[in-house]
Amino acid sequence: MTHTDMATDTDVKTDFGTDIKTDVRADSDTETNVDVTTGLDTDVRDLEDLKDVKADVDEDVKTDIVYAYAVLRRTPEAARAVADLRGVAGERIRLLEFGDDAPDGASGGPPGDAPDRPPALAAVVGPVPAADFDEASLKAGLEDLDWLEATARAHHAVVAALTGRGIAVLPLRLVTVYRDEDRVRQTLEARRDDFLPLLDRVTGHVELGVKIYAAPDTESPDPEPAKGKGLGVGRAYLAGRRRRKRSTEDAWQAATDTAARLRELAGTLAVDRVAFRPQRGELAGQVPGPNVSNDAYLVPEDHVEDFRTRVLAAAEGLPGVHVEVTGPWAPYSFSLPAEPVS
Amino acid sequence: MTVAAPHADRPVALIDLLDRLLQGGVVITGDLVLSIADVDLVRIDLRAVIAPVAAAAVDAVTQPL
Repeated sequence: MTHTDMATDTDVKTDFGTDIKTDVRADSDTETNVDVTTGLDTDVRDLEDLKDVKADVDEDVKTDIVYAYAVLRRTPEAARAVADLRGVAGERIRLLEFGDDAPDGASGGPPGDAPDRPPALAAVVGPVPAADFDEASLKAGLEDLDWLEATARAHHAVVAALTGRGIAVLPLRLVTVYRDEDRVRQTLEARRDDFLPLLDRVTGHVELGVKIYAAPDTESPDPEPAKGKGLGVGRAYLAGRRRRKRSTEDAWQAATDTAARLRELAGTLAVDRVAFRPQRGELAGQVPGPNVSNDAYLVPEDHVEDFRTRVLAAAEGLPGVHVEVTGPWAPYSFSLPAEPVS
Repeated sequence: MTVAAPHADRPVALIDLLDRLLQGGVVITGDLVLSIADVDLVRIDLRAVIAPVAAAAVDAVTQPL
């Protein structure tokens, strides 16, 4: 990678596993060491602007590192789809080609066209300021719910813009960043054989979420006031508690049973299923009751409404149970290689 | 190929998104991906909000290249 002739040139040169030191060199040959977490923001923004101007020049700007969003087949449609996209740092998104299967690099033929050759792949990437995505910043960011949300939504927006056009993608996990584009190529090429079958599998499919809640009947918390039976206040209270507890347990049992039945039904409508942990905690927000199961299904895209309707219908009228279907999602939950490598 | 499903511009719950972005997605060894794979920091500091996510993400870890 050659340096650019920009006025300020910053070089992230250490291993990210350790402290990141950055050289900021002005044209005057004066050299200043700056901690990457301080003071670089404006420089990076300037470089970003310059980079936009030079959008055609395929060249690393050293203050930027590369954020990778997804892997997809390299097609003209994919290239068009990313053209107007902006990423987690507001940066322009582009396709980074890799996985050219030209043996020995000698053929030079158009990639992906030959029928006997697997399609060429590309990563959806964007340059982000190193200062915002180095280890220290990420640590801080991941502990900051606002940052996490903004980053997650921006990542998702890029992915969703592609799947929204019917382009099959394998989304990457949040905050997959590389020092430069060469590193992206290098890493992804090594996983090429994983990506192709995964891409084939998700093509024409979407992910749907099914969340099942135990929703105890709160309408009748105290169905038979205990007064008439001559129970004291304390006993009445305890009796009420027992009833409520039973109702909660019943709801849990009902929801668990329903979850099992719905899984069976959904399994016949879907290609695959992944179970997430039930959702707990503040982020779960206003829920009808405890979340009993939280699954993702890979569903043929022309069966989405059928899936939704039949799953919701199967749960309808069941007391103590509430079912939510979310999505369609990009196949986040089905982008992991099937066989776990120990 | 066209798709009716409006993936984009659909409001999604953050928790559903984090389930997917922190537990799903292709896990590859990025230069910094250890920050996410090694979710200790998330587990510790976001325990109240996304404890299950973080705990499961630890289970889900990643194989090195």
